[in-house]
Amino acid sequence: MTESFTTPVAPSLAGGRRHPLRRAVRRPGFVVPAVVILLLTLIAVFPGPFAGLFGNGDPRVCDLGLSGADPTGGHPFGYDLQGCDVWANVVHGTRASLSVGLLTTVLSMVVAIVVGTIAGMRGGIVDAALSRLTDVFLGFPLLLGAVVVLNSAGERSVLTVSLVLALFGWPTMARLVRGSVRSVRQADFVLAARTMGLSTWRIVTRYVLPSSLSPVFVVATITVGGVIVAESSLTYLGIGLEAPAISWGLQLASASSQFQNAPHLLVFPALFLAVTVLSIISLGDTLRAALDPRRQQ
Amino acid sequence: MKTALAVVERVGGLAVVFVGVTFVIYFTVFALPGDPIRALGGDRPLSDAVVRALRAEYHLDEPLWQQYTRYIGGLFRGDFGTTFTGQSVGDQMASRWPVTVTLALSAWLLEIVVGIGLGVLSALRRGTLVDKAILGGTIVASAIPVFVVGVTLQLVFAVRLDWFPVAGVTAGWPAAYALPAIVIALFGLASVSRLTRASVLENLSSDYVRTARAKGLAPRRVIGVHVMRNSLIPTATFLATDLGYLLGGTVIIEGIFNLPGVGNLLFGAIRSHEGATVVGISTALILVFLVTSLLVDAIHALLDPRVRR
Repeated sequence: MTESFTTPVAPSLAGGRRHPLRRAVRRPGFVVPAVVILLLTLIAVFPGPFAGLFGNGDPRVCDLGLSGADPTGGHPFGYDLQGCDVWANVVHGTRASLSVGLLTTVLSMVVAIVVGTIAGMRGGIVDAALSRLTDVFLGFPLLLGAVVVLNSAGERSVLTVSLVLALFGWPTMARLVRGSVRSVRQADFVLAARTMGLSTWRIVTRYVLPSSLSPVFVVATITVGGVIVAESSLTYLGIGLEAPAISWGLQLASASSQFQNAPHLLVFPALFLAVTVLSIISLGDTLRAALDPRRQQ
Repeated sequence: MKTALAVVERVGGLAVVFVGVTFVIYFTVFALPGDPIRALGGDRPLSDAVVRALRAEYHLDEPLWQQYTRYIGGLFRGDFGTTFTGQSVGDQMASRWPVTVTLALSAWLLEIVVGIGLGVLSALRRGTLVDKAILGGTIVASAIPVFVVGVTLQLVFAVRLDWFPVAGVTAGWPAAYALPAIVIALFGLASVSRLTRASVLENLSSDYVRTARAKGLAPRRVIGVHVMRNSLIPTATFLATDLGYLLGGTVIIEGIFNLPGVGNLLFGAIRSHEGATVVGISTALILVFLVTSLLVDAIHALLDPRVRR
């Protein structure tokens, strides 16, 4: 019975927001980065065919005699220090970098939504305790916190690096969630739902969250880009991903010491990384502009 | 009275955060498996008596919470701990702070001057090619990892063109610090210029600016005095927080340019697994970060009367 009363509320609220989003989707600021990200995702999922585009697709087939050699036919990005094909390595590195970015962001977002919603809905002592906890993790500059924890972590894989980055990544988003949950908590439609005797869980999932999550998604999009950069910096410091994994961070780290002799080793992975991060940030920017009522005028 | 209460509340919150943060650092570094004492012996195993004596000397035979309390107690006396080779972490850091502070302040200054300049320029030229170029350029600069920009600029401007020293601080300020400071500042330009741009734009369309214009004030005065004073509040808040990050974020750049600062010490300590040094430096850097954030609030209240309630 309640179904028929409750359903119209949330969609109409979402409908109000869908309009500017639909307009944003047609802008070049959305289309161009979206296409790039789609292509990169394809590369991350199926690296094989893309790596084999120039005939030498196996990143583990190496010839030390060609260490650091310049690009030639069939090897458009040249050879790395081990004499492996750089193009194949860069293509295969996409998966690790994107995975860390995505995994970290999803993990942080889940924690942020849970903590932020509880703090925002409950208020009082629970809110105070959770807010202090948020402050503690916000007290770490991201890189420094990750340095301390990863320094003592034994094995470092995509999962562990993501977990550590997420450990220091969730507080910003949690604050955001808490803020918007608090502002929606007293809205008429939430009070109405409460009067109707709906459970808190139902109120949160049906009414509060749908109308308070859009700023978090925008920040999350941009976070993916920041995390990819952070992973490469950590790897450069020697506490990120480890060989034999293949990632842009590892390629950049080993290339930076040989930069004078073989600049192409740094340029190509850096190019891929920069284009990825740039696309992600511009996508987030377009979404933010579309969802920010002040910018619509 | 209200102000005093707010200050007490803020400082109290800070204390909670400080204890929490140091607790996390201390436990992650020292509670994990691995025996630093046995590692000291290298290939030759130490006798049980020696191990026991060393454990007692470094208080490793006590429970972890007791070690932590002892450490915090030491912090208040200015003791940042001792490495297993017997060096005081505080002494190790002391001679390196000036380098890090100089580097961070230089980068900060660049960020302020260039960032605010670009922000105001793009706000005044809103929608033009200049505006778009500034927006695009600063985002591109922040999308490339700092160490990539670092080694690239080092190769081009120091090794090939020989405009700056390649590494070290022997050339003194500004020559030795210019390149690393530029690299660090480049990363923050995007945020500073966009924040400034947004708040200048907001203020440009406000009533008091229209009034100032209607009174016939010169545009230079309207922008320079009326708009700027109000527009710089958010930027100032960001910049102050950023200084804390800059002090902690020089780790990579100091490594690349071989500047003997605190970050470089941390970099080396990570590589050689010197737990005590890592904890000591991180604690010190976070302390700096927290104190700066406290100062930020004070400055904020000073600039914006509304914050004072």
